[in-house]
Amino acid sequence: MGMTIAEKILAAHAGVNSAKPGQYVWCKVDATGGHMLPALERLGVDRVWDPEKVFVVDDHQAPPPTIDAANHVKNVRRLVKKYGIKNYFEYGRGGILHQVFAEHGMYAPGDLVAQGDSHSTSGGVFNACVTNAALDGVHILAFGELWFRVPESVRVVLNGTLPAWCVGKDVILKLASELGTDFGLYRSIEYVGPVASQMTLAQRWTITNMGVEVGAKFAIFEADEKTDEFLLGRVSRPYTRVTADSDASYAAEYEFDLSDLVPMVARPGDPGNGVPAEAVAREHVKIDQAFLGSCTNARLEDLEVAARILKGKQIHPDVRMLVSPSSQEVFGHALKAGYLGILAEAGALVEHSTCGPCYGGHLGVLGDGEVCISTSNRNFQGRMGSPLASVYLSSPATVAASALAGEIVDPRAYL
Amino acid sequence: MKTVYTGKVWKFGDKISTDLMVPGAKVLAHPNMSPQEAARFCMSANRPDWAGTVQPGDLLVGGVNFGCGSSRNGSGPLKALGIACVLAESISRIHLRNAVNTGLPTLVAPGITSFVEEGQRLRVDIASGEVENLDTGKTMRVQGWPADSPPFQILMAGGLDEFMRRKVREAGLVGR
Repeated sequence: MGMTIAEKILAAHAGVNSAKPGQYVWCKVDATGGHMLPALERLGVDRVWDPEKVFVVDDHQAPPPTIDAANHVKNVRRLVKKYGIKNYFEYGRGGILHQVFAEHGMYAPGDLVAQGDSHSTSGGVFNACVTNAALDGVHILAFGELWFRVPESVRVVLNGTLPAWCVGKDVILKLASELGTDFGLYRSIEYVGPVASQMTLAQRWTITNMGVEVGAKFAIFEADEKTDEFLLGRVSRPYTRVTADSDASYAAEYEFDLSDLVPMVARPGDPGNGVPAEAVAREHVKIDQAFLGSCTNARLEDLEVAARILKGKQIHPDVRMLVSPSSQEVFGHALKAGYLGILAEAGALVEHSTCGPCYGGHLGVLGDGEVCISTSNRNFQGRMGSPLASVYLSSPATVAASALAGEIVDPRAYL
Repeated sequence: MKTVYTGKVWKFGDKISTDLMVPGAKVLAHPNMSPQEAARFCMSANRPDWAGTVQPGDLLVGGVNFGCGSSRNGSGPLKALGIACVLAESISRIHLRNAVNTGLPTLVAPGITSFVEEGQRLRVDIASGEVENLDTGKTMRVQGWPADSPPFQILMAGGLDEFMRRKVREAGLVGR
């Protein structure tokens, strides 16, 4: 019997010939994050299993908004020194972990990585099994191993050609609205098909990033020349692309023809509340804040499309637009390309790379009754601040066009 | 640690996110907040007075995709409030692992929503998967935790802390 990508990667890391859904395995992990270093120290363990394979960046409270947060990250810096961790990225040289760790070669095809933060499914864009290990992180830090229950795999076939103004974000909002936000629960999702190949790496990345928004353990693309191009100069170790066997077994297969896809907007409350942007546009939903940022959609091409839309124009007077690139490396590229200048001249507040606004932490928390359209990943009640605020999710183009209009618009109709 | 829990049920709906259990602006922004203090904000957006009324030993029943969203540990405040056991139609993978690691017995229980009403009492065996509604007398069976599985061993140790304490000692990583 053939194996899926996840089954192959888990079997290889468990040192067994095959892995079947439902089986429990202990796997060697290729890398992890350092968020559980304080727990490791509390256990009295004075070394990590491999300091080269631990990556640390402070992104959620970066830089610290409170004394508590400052003391927290001060302690993290101490632990990084104590445990000899080289892959630590200070403010100004870091950004949001999923982007920063990739830029520094943490993920390559065939890898198994478990790290902090739910959006760790992002790393599956590199043809790897990457997922969250929250409290489990301490076990990896000590032993370089973690238990897994081998997931069922599902195949999502993306057919057709993406229409103008539609990007990876519209695809995942469409999938979440049609299949539900639990269709990937306990499962590994493999994305294949013509649109998977056509999409840029950044667009695929949005889809794997929101893998967790559809419940997935892993969200994986196959590797191609676009994958290699990103990894060139970042990953020096040899790697081998992983594909599923032709007779691999899937719990389900979903086919989508995306040729008639339209820009999507997820209404407040759940990322699965996606509807065509034009449906929301008809309701003239006024916005207070437009957020272009997060690990989901703040890469160079996301900033480029927003700059293209806002160039020489002014953001609506009743709207504040916040822009936070996904990493400081992306910030630097966007600065050189002139995008950040264009956005600032249009009246946007350009922030450094941070998780702050997306999780309602700082640098753009919403007040009671406020409405935000955001390129981020979650619109749960209270997610970006007040439980009485409303968050709509969309692509960068829809956010930028809405910032101009002062209300949620379909970018195709507005531009 | 025991495998059977009996208690009064609090019922929640579908897609109760970890943002609701651990609000970002109220809790996550304060990294040194104690679990007891953080627990006061648990479900404050969707059910404001709930945290103050939970009694130790109560059970929680959730709907579909319970604990969806962020990897922040929603089981931390639930355990701090005294919730003894959680059952839900389906549970996000991250939340389920956090529950195991926190030592809060938690079980995926398809059909539980229509099986029990709020305020009724359940008897739950997390090993056999047998669930009994003590008010209606009905029973149902879901998949329990296999005895030889790592998550069951971690739960029985009382959570990952205890499991790890034993494991690092046996591996000679401490007390050398």
